[in-house]
Amino acid sequence: MGGRGWRVAGLAAVLALCGVIGAAAQDAAPQISQSTTDHSKLKELQKEFASGPEVTAACLSCHTEAAMQVKHSIHWKWEFENPSTGQILGKSHVVNSFCGTVASNEARCTSCHTGYGWTDMSAPPPSEATAVDCLACHDTSGQYTKLDSAAGHPPLEAKGETITGADAWAVDLKKAAQSVGAPGRENCGSCHFYGGGGDNVKHGDLSSALYHPSLDVDVHMSAEGENFTCSTCHHSDKHVFAGSRYDVHAMDPGGTGKPGQIRQDVATCESCHGNAPHKAFSVTGRKLNDHVDRIACQTCHIPSFARGGVATKTGWDWSTAGRMDADGNPAHEENYVQGDGTARHTYLATKGDFEWGENVVPHYAWFNGQVEYTSTDKVIDPTQVVEINRIEGSPDDGRSRIWPFKRMEGRQAYDAGLNHLAYVNVWGPTTDTAYWTNFDWAKAIEAGMAAAGKEYSGQYGFVDTHMYWPITHMVAPASDAVDCHECHAPQGRMAGIAGVYLPGSNPTSPGALIGIAFFLAMASGVLLHTVLRIITRGGKGGKTHD
Amino acid sequence: MTDDAVKPPAPFKRGLTPCPDCTEREVLIYPRFERLWHWSQAGSIVILMFTGLGMNGVHGLISFELAVRLHTIVALALLLLWVFATFWLFTTGSWKVFLPRMVGLFAVARYYAYGVFKGEHHPFQKSLAQRLNPLQALAYSALKAVVFPLVWGTGLVYLTYNFWKTLPNAPFLLEVVANIHLAVAYIVSGFVILHIYLLTIGHSFREGVRPMITGTEKVALTPEQEAYLERHETWRLVD
Repeated sequence: MGGRGWRVAGLAAVLALCGVIGAAAQDAAPQISQSTTDHSKLKELQKEFASGPEVTAACLSCHTEAAMQVKHSIHWKWEFENPSTGQILGKSHVVNSFCGTVASNEARCTSCHTGYGWTDMSAPPPSEATAVDCLACHDTSGQYTKLDSAAGHPPLEAKGETITGADAWAVDLKKAAQSVGAPGRENCGSCHFYGGGGDNVKHGDLSSALYHPSLDVDVHMSAEGENFTCSTCHHSDKHVFAGSRYDVHAMDPGGTGKPGQIRQDVATCESCHGNAPHKAFSVTGRKLNDHVDRIACQTCHIPSFARGGVATKTGWDWSTAGRMDADGNPAHEENYVQGDGTARHTYLATKGDFEWGENVVPHYAWFNGQVEYTSTDKVIDPTQVVEINRIEGSPDDGRSRIWPFKRMEGRQAYDAGLNHLAYVNVWGPTTDTAYWTNFDWAKAIEAGMAAAGKEYSGQYGFVDTHMYWPITHMVAPASDAVDCHECHAPQGRMAGIAGVYLPGSNPTSPGALIGIAFFLAMASGVLLHTVLRIITRGGKGGKTHD
Repeated sequence: MTDDAVKPPAPFKRGLTPCPDCTEREVLIYPRFERLWHWSQAGSIVILMFTGLGMNGVHGLISFELAVRLHTIVALALLLLWVFATFWLFTTGSWKVFLPRMVGLFAVARYYAYGVFKGEHHPFQKSLAQRLNPLQALAYSALKAVVFPLVWGTGLVYLTYNFWKTLPNAPFLLEVVANIHLAVAYIVSGFVILHIYLLTIGHSFREGVRPMITGTEKVALTPEQEAYLERHETWRLVD
């Protein structure tokens, strides 16, 4: 026995030694790169670059078609045609309830354009191929960024602020160029997480919390979950990405596609999860699968947005802007502290009053994927809340589902003479018209309208607006999905949604009332009979059976 | 004879039971399957009422999800039971006890509306072949032919919504179906109340429930029936 014990111990020791040697050998072996090209070895990139376009020129010397592809994307054009209304949408055209419009504020807004030097919205983006910004999406060095007001150019010295609001640093373009790879979440996030001028200001479901989210914030992007990047779902084809809030696949009957097919044409839940994603052999699962024709996946699986400690702006009242403090300086207040401890502005003299929200329960509406914008040529009724982007869809069109939205409540400038939404020149540090510099609405609106080439009556006012942002990110773990009773109850989440029968939402429906009336009639008959039996004492007589 | 003068007349003697020479014996008249059926159905209806009220937002004692799950499973199980019960009723011929009949209907109605307050005897005497009084038979046949089919019919249509959701106005039709289901379900609850209440009349409540547990009850036997049971089916006779 003892001998055998020693032999086993010896064998174990030998095996352990082999393991150590093996591991060491593996460490010594050269890492095999994912890519077939190590860009740091390319001679085209062995030089100091003086500007972003110089880097692009180097990229295009090999990737000859890349700029052409990018120029066909909404990322470049900032333009989208609504297929159902023909309305021309996109950042270059629409008015929103945040900073309004790009026109007259170009260099600030186009800081997030995937290009360099778009300084006039009345013209298309610059036509040179080198105006495309490759690094914004492909830098993996992590130190490439864009200045917040330089029409997309990167900071080449430590001056100013970046598009994420950080103090700028001198970008090393050579290092960035040699680092290029597939876009990571930092690339997308540095623009899309900061839309509206700050972290999560616009979307509500896209914030810096998604850089390193916990599982309960986003099952797909969390390292504890699937650890997806944005482009795992937002597939690209010829530099055009699947998924757009102007053209949402509100319903995707295609499901996972044919056997063996990996769908890369859409960024829908169904393209991975299919059209019957819940358990088929359970009552609950089958019933949930019955919901998918009317209820978007997001409606149940994103119980609230702005999770993970970063708040979203839910209200913005421009009409209160312009207040100066006792010293005559623009006033500012920071009365909202969000989950991660950061204080957010609740008032800025430049912008007015803000409201913030975290873990916000969405607004729900039928949605066919399209929105109709209240463009500046539309006459509005200033006594009503103006829908900036009316959600299209109905229960009867066969292509709508009930979707969750962030509803932004705004109060913004309009032309009080012509009843149009107004363009406002807000940004322009050296101009005498920009509101943020001069605090003069009359001048700012006049300049904005002039820049957009729109007629202006000269009178302005402020109108209440609603703007809608479809919620589709921050998918929660299944255990956190919206509970049945949150909708199937009186005054539940779906209150006010027409065109769908919601069991449990009305305990006093006509059928219930008729039934209750019958029941009460029968029960009171029984009660009356009992009382009569007690009074007459006759009921006892029957008890004695003979 | 003297007894008759003080007590109300016994059922036989009032001519309501067509069997003057019968004797009353404790006989097994609810076979095991019928009792199983009865109590499974009773339990199911209680669960269906409880979960249905929960789903309808009347109470929040269980989650909506659990309510839907229980309601669906129990309803389907009950439907299966009804398939068996229907088979049973028709193969054994016991469906005939539910046939509505006019004879004695008025007397029973009069008893519940009047006689019971006077301390009269129940005018109906159960026999081997007929354990339901005419009013019961009428009520049960209405329940089985109209009320229950309305409940399970609308329930099945409701449950299979996704098979007909493409019909025009499907959401509205679903609402109609759901409302009928609900209204009739409340009526079933009324029947349950009535059913339980009637057990308190005539005998004690316990006496009313007992036959459906033991299966035996006092029924009128003709001399021939009694002789047959004594000879061939003694196991059905208790006393």
